[in-house]
Amino acid sequence: MAEAIAPPLALVAPSQRLHLSWIARISLAYLVLVACGAIFIPALLPDSFARPSPAQFLPPMTEGHLLGTDLNGRDLLQRVFSGARISLLVGLAGALVALFVGTSVGIVAGYAGGRIDNFLMRLVDTLYAVPRLIFILLLVYVAEQPVREWLRETFAGTWLAGLAEYTKIVILIFTLGLIEWLTMARIVRGQVLALKALPFVSAARALGQTHRRIVTRHLLPNLAGVITVYLTLTIPAVMLDESFLSFLGLGVDASQASWGTLLDDGAKVINPIKSYWWLLVFPASLMSTTLLALNFLGDGLRDALDPRQRER
Amino acid sequence: MLGFILRRLLALVGVLWAVVTLTFLLIRVTPGGPFDRERKLPASIEKELLKRYKLDGTEGRAWGTRLAANLGRGEGTRIFMGNACSLGQQYFSYVGDLLHGDLRLSTKYRDRSVNEILGQTLPVSMALGGLAFVIASLTGIWLGCYAATRRDQVGDNLAMLGAVGAISVPTFITGPIAILCFALLLPIFPVGGLAGVWSLVLPALVLAAPYVAYIARLMRTSMLETLSLDFIRTARAKGLPEREVVYRHALKVAILPVISFLGPLAANLLTGSIVVESIFNLPGMGGFFVNSILNRDGFLLGGVVIVYCTFLVFMNLVADVAYTLLDRRIKLY
Repeated sequence: MAEAIAPPLALVAPSQRLHLSWIARISLAYLVLVACGAIFIPALLPDSFARPSPAQFLPPMTEGHLLGTDLNGRDLLQRVFSGARISLLVGLAGALVALFVGTSVGIVAGYAGGRIDNFLMRLVDTLYAVPRLIFILLLVYVAEQPVREWLRETFAGTWLAGLAEYTKIVILIFTLGLIEWLTMARIVRGQVLALKALPFVSAARALGQTHRRIVTRHLLPNLAGVITVYLTLTIPAVMLDESFLSFLGLGVDASQASWGTLLDDGAKVINPIKSYWWLLVFPASLMSTTLLALNFLGDGLRDALDPRQRER
Repeated sequence: MLGFILRRLLALVGVLWAVVTLTFLLIRVTPGGPFDRERKLPASIEKELLKRYKLDGTEGRAWGTRLAANLGRGEGTRIFMGNACSLGQQYFSYVGDLLHGDLRLSTKYRDRSVNEILGQTLPVSMALGGLAFVIASLTGIWLGCYAATRRDQVGDNLAMLGAVGAISVPTFITGPIAILCFALLLPIFPVGGLAGVWSLVLPALVLAAPYVAYIARLMRTSMLETLSLDFIRTARAKGLPEREVVYRHALKVAILPVISFLGPLAANLLTGSIVVESIFNLPGMGGFFVNSILNRDGFLLGGVVIVYCTFLVFMNLVADVAYTLLDRRIKLY
């Protein structure tokens, strides 16, 4: 059995320079570009662009609106990139929550082994099988009001109380994170199983190190590679979930449009008589290219860290 | 084999009971009731409504009432659904109705029974989902084999890039874009609505796209693994043409992981998709899953869940049986 387990990823080549495929490099550059756009573009555009104006449905390249305006006369460029802020934020934060939960469960299951491992992995299997939408809806509905009040009261006076306005986003982040951790847990567990069998862990144990120290000092650094890869692959999954919910009108509130909200608006105004195509095409292309780039980057990182994965 | 099938079908009863119970409890734990409006209803009307939809706990047999009275003495069970007096009692009377094949009235679509609603919408979803399933499985399997036999060549790389693309771009992007391109700019397909088989083709393609990609990736991996096995070398050594080797010998083994993916996929597709159905304006049942939760329409949700679980168990059963037919070494107990 021990031979059958692949050598852990990070041990393959810890110091070697990462050989990313060209497609992963382009993706990385593109993502940096989108992130910069999300940070700077909404701030650089005039404030009036963000507010509703009478100039509704202007086609692209008119009156200084590079991408045109929407139903309420807001500038689409501004909308698309402030949507990017929300979508990227939710994706990243949700993926970090998933990373935390998934890694913890994976390490506990892999390191403890035996009954605990069995129980946790069956739990993961079961959670894979249930429709996740029902969980998201329930959590968002049940938690929103109590969490908002809790934030207001407990942190009154501090900056955290300001979060109360964004309760829905906060809850979404946690909910989506709590749903997307399953793959991470499986992968990390597999890696821990492989690492645990290696001599350096036995050596550490023979030297009398505690379990906690073995996990934090010896296992975690070796897991960093895998975790990074699956972090990059979890971000698009979370973003997809979030935009799906926003598309259904269940995600972030309309005042803080995410890409899903924009796409919903865009899909609504597609009709045979007069189609405002720019409202659909621009958010759609920015979102799909970003998701594509994230997936390509994740795949590229995985291939670079472990060439054998290409077979799978 | 027959014993296995019968046992599985028996297990279906247990599964259905579990999910019905769980759904029943969950929808009541969720805050809000089916008759909550901006303005509060007068007490007498609310009482009538609760009675009509069998939510006031006066339904059911005597033993159910007694049992419920014992279970529901605490304040905890007097929860959430208006002034429902006993959750346990409602539950037993609901299960009783289910056993008689009565899925009850929907609290949202007044005067229509859940049986009637599902009877009208399920066929639409099944037609759409069935078409999408056929497209997804056939194209996916073919594409996976194609990519595996041309490993690391241009065809393989292109197919796999396309697969990542199809997985990355969600249906609520491809749907409107497909309408824009193939219904408005090039009027090949109708924009939406249900009018014959032709109107289902575009939505089915959109619905199938990501699954084509999943299946193709799965198929490619599995085919590559199979092609490196000894029996394939034997087949080649005997001088069989490559076509025969791949599609006759290897495919039979390599398709097994794909089959186990196809089971749940079929259940998912056949019970409808909220996004595709709403974009293409099709009267299917995909939206009920979400909407019945939002409307606290417990009985409609119950019906949808029952249909979904039945499909899921049944399709998994079909997948397992297909397994034994493809690989005689596998025995089902």
